[in-house]
Amino acid sequence: MTLKPGPAAINRYRRFFVGLFLILLLVTTLIIYALSTGTYEGDERVHMPILLDNLNRVPEIVIKPDLPISNSRNPQCSYYDCFNVYKCGHKGSDKILVYVYPLKKYVDEQAIPIGSWMSQEFYLILQSIIDSRFYTPNPDEACILVPSINTLNQNRFRTLETSQALASLSHWKDGENHLIFNMVPGSGPDYNSVVELSLGQALIAGGGFSSWTYRSGFDVSLPVYSPMAAQLDSQQIAAQDRPWVVVSSQINIHPEYTQELAHLAQEHSELLMLEACPNMQSSNYSMRCRGDEVYHYPQVLKRAKFCLVIRGARLGQPSLMDAMAAGCIPVMCADSLVMPFEDVIDWKRAAIFILEENLNSLMEVLSSVSDEHVTEMQVQGSWLYQSYFSSINAVTQTTLEILNDRVFAQRARTFEDWNLPPNPLAARSPLFLQLTAPRSQGFTAVILTYDRVESLFLLIQKLSKVPSLNKILIVWNNQPSMIPKIDKPLKIIKTTANKLSNRFYPYEEIETEAILTIDDDILMLTADELEFGYEVWREFPDRIVGFPSRTHVWDNVTMHWKYESEWTNQISMVLTGAAFHHKYWSYLYTTAMPGNIKEWVDQHMNCEDIAMNFLVANVTQKAPIKVTPRKKFKCPECTNTEMLSADLNHMMERSQCIDRFSAIYGYMPLQTVEFRADPVLYKDTFPEKLKRFNDIGSL
Amino acid sequence: MAELIVTLTNLLKANNHWKLPRLSELGALLFVVTRLDTDVTQPNTSFESPQPQVEYSRINPDGGMRYKESDKPPHIKCHGDFKVFVYPQIGPDASLLIPSPLYQKMLNVIKESRYYTQDPSEGCLFVLAIDTLDRDPLSADYVHHITTHIQKLPYWNSGMNHVIFNLYSGTWPDYFEEGLDFNPGLAILVKASMSVTNFRSGFDVSIPLFHKNHPERGGVPGLVTVNNFPGTKKYLLAFKGKRYTHGIGSETRNALFHLHNGQDIVLVTTCRHGKYWKHSKDERCDVDNAEYDKYDYNMLLENSTFCLIPRGRRLGSFRFLEALQAGCIPVLLSNKWVLPFAQVIDWNKAVIWADERLLFQIPNVVRSVDFARVLALKQQTQVLWESYFSSIEKIVLTTLEIIRERLPLEPRRDGLIWNSAPGALVALPQFSDSNLHYPFYLTMLGAHSDPQFTAVIYAGRGNRNMAVLFQLVRNVAHSRFVAMILVVWSGDTPPPAKPRWPVPPGNPPLVVLHSDNSSKRFHPHSLIRTHAVLSLDEDCLLTTDEVNFAFHVWRSFPERLVGYLSRSHYWDARKGQWGYTSKWTNQYSMVLTGATFYHRYYGFLYSHWVGPEGLPGCEDIALNFLVSHATRRPPVKLAQHKQPAAPGAGWSDSVQFAQRHACLNTLVTMLGYMPLVHSSVRLDPVLYKDPVSNLRKKYRQMELAGS
Repeated sequence: MTLKPGPAAINRYRRFFVGLFLILLLVTTLIIYALSTGTYEGDERVHMPILLDNLNRVPEIVIKPDLPISNSRNPQCSYYDCFNVYKCGHKGSDKILVYVYPLKKYVDEQAIPIGSWMSQEFYLILQSIIDSRFYTPNPDEACILVPSINTLNQNRFRTLETSQALASLSHWKDGENHLIFNMVPGSGPDYNSVVELSLGQALIAGGGFSSWTYRSGFDVSLPVYSPMAAQLDSQQIAAQDRPWVVVSSQINIHPEYTQELAHLAQEHSELLMLEACPNMQSSNYSMRCRGDEVYHYPQVLKRAKFCLVIRGARLGQPSLMDAMAAGCIPVMCADSLVMPFEDVIDWKRAAIFILEENLNSLMEVLSSVSDEHVTEMQVQGSWLYQSYFSSINAVTQTTLEILNDRVFAQRARTFEDWNLPPNPLAARSPLFLQLTAPRSQGFTAVILTYDRVESLFLLIQKLSKVPSLNKILIVWNNQPSMIPKIDKPLKIIKTTANKLSNRFYPYEEIETEAILTIDDDILMLTADELEFGYEVWREFPDRIVGFPSRTHVWDNVTMHWKYESEWTNQISMVLTGAAFHHKYWSYLYTTAMPGNIKEWVDQHMNCEDIAMNFLVANVTQKAPIKVTPRKKFKCPECTNTEMLSADLNHMMERSQCIDRFSAIYGYMPLQTVEFRADPVLYKDTFPEKLKRFNDIGSL
Repeated sequence: MAELIVTLTNLLKANNHWKLPRLSELGALLFVVTRLDTDVTQPNTSFESPQPQVEYSRINPDGGMRYKESDKPPHIKCHGDFKVFVYPQIGPDASLLIPSPLYQKMLNVIKESRYYTQDPSEGCLFVLAIDTLDRDPLSADYVHHITTHIQKLPYWNSGMNHVIFNLYSGTWPDYFEEGLDFNPGLAILVKASMSVTNFRSGFDVSIPLFHKNHPERGGVPGLVTVNNFPGTKKYLLAFKGKRYTHGIGSETRNALFHLHNGQDIVLVTTCRHGKYWKHSKDERCDVDNAEYDKYDYNMLLENSTFCLIPRGRRLGSFRFLEALQAGCIPVLLSNKWVLPFAQVIDWNKAVIWADERLLFQIPNVVRSVDFARVLALKQQTQVLWESYFSSIEKIVLTTLEIIRERLPLEPRRDGLIWNSAPGALVALPQFSDSNLHYPFYLTMLGAHSDPQFTAVIYAGRGNRNMAVLFQLVRNVAHSRFVAMILVVWSGDTPPPAKPRWPVPPGNPPLVVLHSDNSSKRFHPHSLIRTHAVLSLDEDCLLTTDEVNFAFHVWRSFPERLVGYLSRSHYWDARKGQWGYTSKWTNQYSMVLTGATFYHRYYGFLYSHWVGPEGLPGCEDIALNFLVSHATRRPPVKLAQHKQPAAPGAGWSDSVQFAQRHACLNTLVTMLGYMPLVHSSVRLDPVLYKDPVSNLRKKYRQMELAGS
């Protein structure tokens, strides 16, 4: 009872926190005010007004020709020798801290700027960092430092002077732990696939890396951002509603490939090959033409299943982002290109890859892709785009998350975390190792008892005859009286509160994988039945395996779920009054029950078994297993376990539980099946003494 | 957002005296049709360079060491059928160049694989018969004058499309990673202990270090047999091994004693190794040795939750695989090491990364891993061990698969297949490009199998009781779930003429195929469009209820065989071999394919595995082997249906029985182990043989079947 604060207490807390919040707000405002009005230069980190203010008075730095530059980019750098890990985890921080240098304008001696000092994209990158959970205003505690010199587009800055400017940064130290953002590397005629600055040991978050220049595990590969992508609405168009199989829409394709594609387009009418429109300004990118036909770009990408993304002068192309935003599956034709965020994203699930040399086989490759896979890739691509690419902010956050996973590698996300879209119907069984649990361990019987001493003692006697019993654990509220002596370990746990969830507490005393939860009045199960039940559980250790089964049905009249305890052909629950389950489920019940289910169960003293069935079914997407035809458990005369004790109220409450729990889960996780488990020779005309399990009751 | 941009632009307009950046400067620029220069036509030149390569680190014009398979001039031989050529062990030097037993085993595995070719003109990959595993000149297996031998290879061509297997490079004192003592040229390095600096991502393959006595095939299963929760053991973190008082790699192990607490963290080292250890002894040696002798290596492996895997002289060590097998979660302390098959395996699911530079954080790092994650990590060690590492065959085939998947136009698997059970080697990507078409990933993807099945009836094998066959067709056709009935007719006599066949009610298509080849059982026929296949023998008369019930159960277990007729295997200690029994026992390990549901994928896997000749007389046992090999689970037996003892096919026929025994033992040899698993559970309808009224039962016909 003490766990749940009453309304009065909540109000008290609320008042306290509101007060605290107001005070904090005041203090923060004062500090910000003090900082922004002080002589402290270029503090753009906190709020927009300060940034605006600062843009007016960004200090100008003159880059003298004799200023030093760093060593050139070290192609051998790896995380382990160029990255100073001691700068991370300051003050016990469990995440990387990222500092952004204050804005400055760099000019040469003739007062000509060394580059375009700000672009919308670079501005948004800095803004995203500052707004992120990784930001720190303090360079001394920073793990990663980001220069605010715009290096996104190499065509827009002078490399020598920019290198000099970088080297002049206060904490530069040959670029150690500095992160350089770049999306358009190299310049004509060579078009290097990495930005040509003297960066020493700095990390590069770059677009269009080739596998020659990318330092795996050190650099981060970025998408080449496309502002056109934002013009597309988020409406999803299924593959079968797209008239073209593939569209080639880039207008910077090498003539040789253009010829190749034109040739293909002649033979395959399902290939739409677009080129720049004649008589149109070269700056109008929203129009593409096939002969006289004019198509709107990027909208046309929504009308094809596949979109060709082919190298231009540079490897990385923004059309990749346009295609993904349009839900069009990218067909990558850029040999040795390192795909965006390739370290964590499995592009095989979302794109097709073709060697440049094999461009002529494009149509064959695409026709060999199954319809299911087209749909899968489309769904995956859209999800990847929404999660990691849809804005500069998403790209920046992903970059920082990847770096954070490298520094705090012990908590790094897994393949599934990065690549599988969340899906409530997808099972991620925590007990995925395909094992028949060994018999040697046996099981622990956990008896939740409620002052039915006589029946409890009988049960203990019965259980002690089950060969695989390892230990009995009695969860008891009252002071125990004399307990019968048995030759198996028996332990009593005295609980402070009379709660149903006590039966699912993962007690340290439970040393076996398997737990048999059993009510103190279940007396009809035979030793053979229990032993066989354990045998079944060993083969299905991730499920609830037990004796009393129930099912749920949808009532079309009341529009509610109904709890069904009649003997039907289906089962979807096995009640924990007599069932085996893996100890992990007890742990999950105790620590990770969704919503307020656990509290509700303890308050109402009902439905803990239904809650457990929901919990397991939700994680595994599997049904429980009912063992043997046994339906009566308490006494031979009783017709049904629940019919006896069941006042109508109790039963109605159980129906309401199913309604309530499925609302909390957001769907109905229970799975219905029409089978039960029997011994292999059950009811066979075969000498009884040769059967392992004889004493199997049929009622 | 739009507002913000406008504000920014205005500001810039107001305050800038130089050129205003365009709103989307970056994007706009990218659309300019750049004058195309030479870059697109040039990328391959460096590889075609006719000059001999002096040092392999100079191949790359960039000075870096990274390049991809795709940068190679794609050899015409690598299109289509992927084949691996192994140089024959002949020629004048053959007697000088006998490979070590370990390398010989690796070559055997390749030669027995489906990718092997004896014809060099078919080969895409070339494997040397010259043993390159151990390139430490101090080692007994070191091949001298290797450069001369390699240059004599007829197809060497600077190493293009060649594969070099290597476990040890460099030697005392610096253990130089690139120290192969020969120039591998353009060859792909398949090497242990590679570092991120030298590893050419997308080109080389990193393999684990494994022992000389590592099993050639089959392999020892993982040692985790219980899945206790919490999975923590007596010790939290353990290590027992050599340390070097000085030289490369010595610092890490020399510092471990700081973390040893003799309680839950046991990190013990010794400097007592090598002939002259006393000469280089330091002040800690005696203390260390005393502590070292207190603990047994295997005891620590079994009783520790985490195992520290520090680098030695080289980056990799045997203990990595030992820990993996034991289910002791590896804690890696080997900076720069590229873990085995890291290009396809997500090691974050099975190991914990530590950093040599942050040695003192290790206790905190391992203590912070919660119970649920320990459980997951431990299970994944077993999945990976059994999928890719437990035999030489698996290690070599995984290597070949990784290289094959890089080739253009080859089907490839995604990370989900590589990183979840049953592993990539039993999930052939040639079957389908969609994960939903395999039996293994449906629940992971939140999907279900098809709601219909295809029945395949094998008929015409001497049993001329057409009435039974026609009744079977009728019974199957009555099922609501049948999509098509396929009768595969074999034997000399032609099948009955069309008018004689029963017309299936509800009209599922009935197709009769006349096939001369009776061994083509389970052939993945293109007419089979559903996930589920019901395999039936003409004399095995199932009722419609039995068909429906079996299909219902199969949908819960699409990765298993689900059938009515069960058999068992046992170890015959007297004969020292496996035995096969059809006796009624309390357990079973196989279901006969006369009345069994299986996933269509297994038909494909089966025909890929057994090859065109098939395994006459062993088909059903072989299918059981294959499915249990993939799933590590037993099949599912249903209810009580027993096969009528047909004349000549009954269990009393000792000739046939001898053949069954032989099948079992041949298959064990083929796989290298016995994959069958026993079950003592049978699945029946919920109200089966229940005293309630039959009218309440859904599968009423089944009450009558059976004994």
